Amino acid sequence: MARPVNEINAGSMADIAFLLLIFFLVTTTMDIDTGITRKLPPPPPEDMEDIKVKERNIFKVLVNKNDRLMLNGKPGDISFLKAQAKEFLHSGNLNNPASADDMPEKRMVSVDLLGGDIYISKGIISMKNDRGTSYDMYIQVQNELATAIRELRDELSNQFFGMKFSQLTDEDKRKAIQRAVPVAISEAEPEDIGGK
Amino acid sequence: MAKFRKKGGRGTPGISTASLPDIIFMLLFFFMVTTTMRESTLLVKIAPAKATEVQKLEKKSLVDFIYIGPPIKKKLGTDSRIQLNDQFATDIKEIREFVEQGRSQRDEADRKLITTSLKVHKDTRMGIVTDVKQELREVGAFKINYSTAKKGREEK
Repeated sequence: MARPVNEINAGSMADIAFLLLIFFLVTTTMDIDTGITRKLPPPPPEDMEDIKVKERNIFKVLVNKNDRLMLNGKPGDISFLKAQAKEFLHSGNLNNPASADDMPEKRMVSVDLLGGDIYISKGIISMKNDRGTSYDMYIQVQNELATAIRELRDELSNQFFGMKFSQLTDEDKRKAIQRAVPVAISEAEPEDIGGK
Repeated sequence: MAKFRKKGGRGTPGISTASLPDIIFMLLFFFMVTTTMRESTLLVKIAPAKATEVQKLEKKSLVDFIYIGPPIKKKLGTDSRIQLNDQFATDIKEIREFVEQGRSQRDEADRKLITTSLKVHKDTRMGIVTDVKQELREVGAFKINYSTAKKGREEK
């Protein structure tokens, strides 16, 4: 009496699903965005006086509009930048408050995991570029400086914890290393030096 | 009868395709989960600079993109221009509005975590990038990310 209901043909379901699939394949991207993360300084207050920093505590990196480098007053090349930056930022003996005459001064920070009060370099890398510098060059310089800092962190991390900084999983240990080797890169207020 | 049965009896039965939709759906969900929607159509050419020290950009929902590069349409010239959302910025001050808009879309708690990612063509001059950075400082969007492609480290 009750007629058996005909089953709905589900054969085209696959086609519909395919259509959706292709739609998503086309409209979405899978690439992971990567980049160099930096923090910008807040804008200087109007009445701010220039902060005096001793000459020996600054490592100047200038990039001109032809993408040529000037490292601490001498013409330099990007291939030396990392080694020089590393040498400059290296804190040497952490327990010694004094530093060599040609190296930046030191300041004290207390990091429990690295043995209480330690003395780290006051050195700052000051980077200044021209309006005509190419973005590629700017990134290369930033990258070299970032490499220098990463390698310093790795060395310190190896010395204290026996593994690379990137392999540290303990948040406290990461913080300790970060305090001992801060990202000491300062970008000067931009100036128009070389014209367009 | 016997004759008929003999004719239709043998032969492999067709493979059931009833589970095909399920498989496709599975693929579909996989793609929906692992990918993100393309945010905006690019009006400028972006050839990323390459660097070794790159970090992954976490939390894509908290990232706003600013594109800077030469326009794709040739008649607009070869000078680098700024693209915000789906259009060119005619004035650098538009960045302020762009950042504010980005903030108003996020929860109160997330607003401090917004990263502005600069996607810049590598041949762009720094002048325009500096202008953008100065503007971002003014607005208080301090977290920035220079978008770069990963380059293999040279072994020594």
